[in-house]
Amino acid sequence: MNLLRTFDTGMRGLLGHRLRSILTTLGILFGVAAVICTVGIGTASADSVNSRIAALGTNLLTISPGSTTSFGVRGGSGSANTLTMEDVTGLEDKQDAPDVAAVAPVVSGTATLVSTSTNWSTTVQGTTPGWLTANARSLSGGVFFTQQQVDKHAQVVVLGTTTAQDLGVTVGSQVSISGAPFDVVGILTASGSTGFTNNDDLAVVPITTAQDQVTGGSPDSVQRILLSATSSATIGSAYLEADQLLLETHHITNSASADFNITSASTLASTAASVTTTLTILLASVAAISLLVGGIGVMNIMLVSVTERTQEIGLRKALGATPRDLLRQFLIEAATLSFVGGLLGVGAGLLAGILVPRLANIAVTITPTPVIIAVVVAAGVGLIFGVYPAARAARLAPIAALRAE
Amino acid sequence: MAAEIIRLVDVSKVYGTGDATVHAVDDVSLTVKEGDFLAVMGPSGSGKSTLMHILGCLDVPTSGEYRFAGEDVSRMNERELASIRNRRIGFVFQQFHLLASMSAWRNVELPLLYRAARDRRQTALNALAQVGLTGRVQHRPNQLSGGQQQRVAIARALVTDPTMILADEPTGNLDSKASREVLDILTSLNKSGHTIVLITHDPNVAGVAERVVEMADGRLRDRVAA
Ligand SMILES: Nc1ncnc2c1ncn2[C@@H]1O[C@H](COP(=O)(O)OP(=O)(O)OP(=O)(O)O)[C@@H](O)[C@H]1O
Ligand SMILES: [Mg+2]
Repeated sequence: MNLLRTFDTGMRGLLGHRLRSILTTLGILFGVAAVICTVGIGTASADSVNSRIAALGTNLLTISPGSTTSFGVRGGSGSANTLTMEDVTGLEDKQDAPDVAAVAPVVSGTATLVSTSTNWSTTVQGTTPGWLTANARSLSGGVFFTQQQVDKHAQVVVLGTTTAQDLGVTVGSQVSISGAPFDVVGILTASGSTGFTNNDDLAVVPITTAQDQVTGGSPDSVQRILLSATSSATIGSAYLEADQLLLETHHITNSASADFNITSASTLASTAASVTTTLTILLASVAAISLLVGGIGVMNIMLVSVTERTQEIGLRKALGATPRDLLRQFLIEAATLSFVGGLLGVGAGLLAGILVPRLANIAVTITPTPVIIAVVVAAGVGLIFGVYPAARAARLAPIAALRAE
Repeated sequence: MAAEIIRLVDVSKVYGTGDATVHAVDDVSLTVKEGDFLAVMGPSGSGKSTLMHILGCLDVPTSGEYRFAGEDVSRMNERELASIRNRRIGFVFQQFHLLASMSAWRNVELPLLYRAARDRRQTALNALAQVGLTGRVQHRPNQLSGGQQQRVAIARALVTDPTMILADEPTGNLDSKASREVLDILTSLNKSGHTIVLITHDPNVAGVAERVVEMADGRLRDRVAA
């Protein structure tokens, strides 16, 4: 019997048991849809994490205070205020830290900004001109403040776009920060948000002025130091240079008890990437298990079908069907069930890809590869799980089959 | 002289072992020539169906030799047996064995699916016309009377134009009128050259055959037709 006719026979077999065929198909359908959907969610979250991390600037290193040990009790991370302007000066030394492109100490606090028309509460960062390079930011208007202005405690401010818009000010306007008048000298180019932080809602002032007006504290201590490496290739050596330099200035011999932490956006990126990959694999394997369960459903139904149709098999053999004809017929039935289930599953998966973001506010990015893999696997699962029942049908002795009740 | 189609030499079929051994067919020798109309008679359990399954290449004997049209069946593999069943033999069963989900003509078409055949629908319709069921081709088995169902089964047996038709109690589930129709069809098929082996326990049914053999406890003996 040729394939086309076997196919026709197989289809008739399936259509003879419509409800059962549909239910079996559903098992595969949900499996495939689940695989497509979960992989889609995984892909989307990986994309968004990566783009958020890219927005941080991959050349950026952040030094923050570490834990202190006093009387044998270790404080939590950031419990100390161990970073000083002396550290900053050390890091700016091209001899000791050749791979560091820019250094910017940062102190920050929250303050209310008042313009002629309105007021607005935001983060105020006090820093030095290195901030712009270290953060890989640029200006859309005006200029950044200079080192002279930092030294003179000048009352000048550079605003994020959101802040400038909300205050209704432009370069040349005046705003007051915590009651003191400041000249707006520059506006930053928009850069979007990183996680929960809006990078466009901030005010940047000279570090000296910030210490005077906003944050208070000793003029020598800084909260964080931002570093940028000369390129993404030198970030590793920049890290080592900074680490070495700070250990020396802080007189720490054992690097395990360092009182500072250096983090880089790229270590963050790889951590985040591995977390999302793990999560995607986890979700996808749960989905794959449901596909497997669907496959077992196919096998179950095919076994029932073979048992139930024992007489039919016997009759077909009496009429001249070879074992191969019957093997093919049942394999085609099983493969069709799962292939159709797989195609419908793709439809359902794509539909879910449209609905889930609207209903649950979860991004889903569907790429062709998992879709193709899911369909191929579904059809394969059907074939594999169909082999045993089909072989059973093919092996039945015609007489035993005919006599079966 | 007509060619030999069936030659059984000392054929036995034994089921079970030890105390439970049953000699369903016991040392049977039989020859059937092309164009014969043979009836196998005997009481229930005498081994008639077992014999027919051996003749139809559905079952293999435990011992003895079976030649179909001169060829040794015991040397054949599954494929060759399937091919003989498909090309040379047509079966008619007591329980009809029609597929319930298919229309009459689809049932008749079945054997044609397992060979290279053109115009399968037309061939099936012709076979149905031969058994007088032109008006019932789209009916499902459950929409047909017992006699009509058995006629569909006969159409299915003759659709491949087989050398031999094996009928196991074809009238066993039918009333006398429907039995008559079925026997008439078998007789006319024999007239047109088909070899027929008819199995029955009913002497009246066996009466339509040219030659009658009797089975008892798996053994066979010739009997001159009344
Ligand atoms: N698969 C089997 N296993 C064991 N014994 C069997 C098997 N098939 C048939 N038999 C036995 O073989 C003997 C002959 O059975 P068979 O079906 O050939 O009888 P029969 O003449 O066709 O009877 P009936 O007229 O009732 O159909 C019976 O005793 C039966 O019990
Ligand atoms: Mg019987």
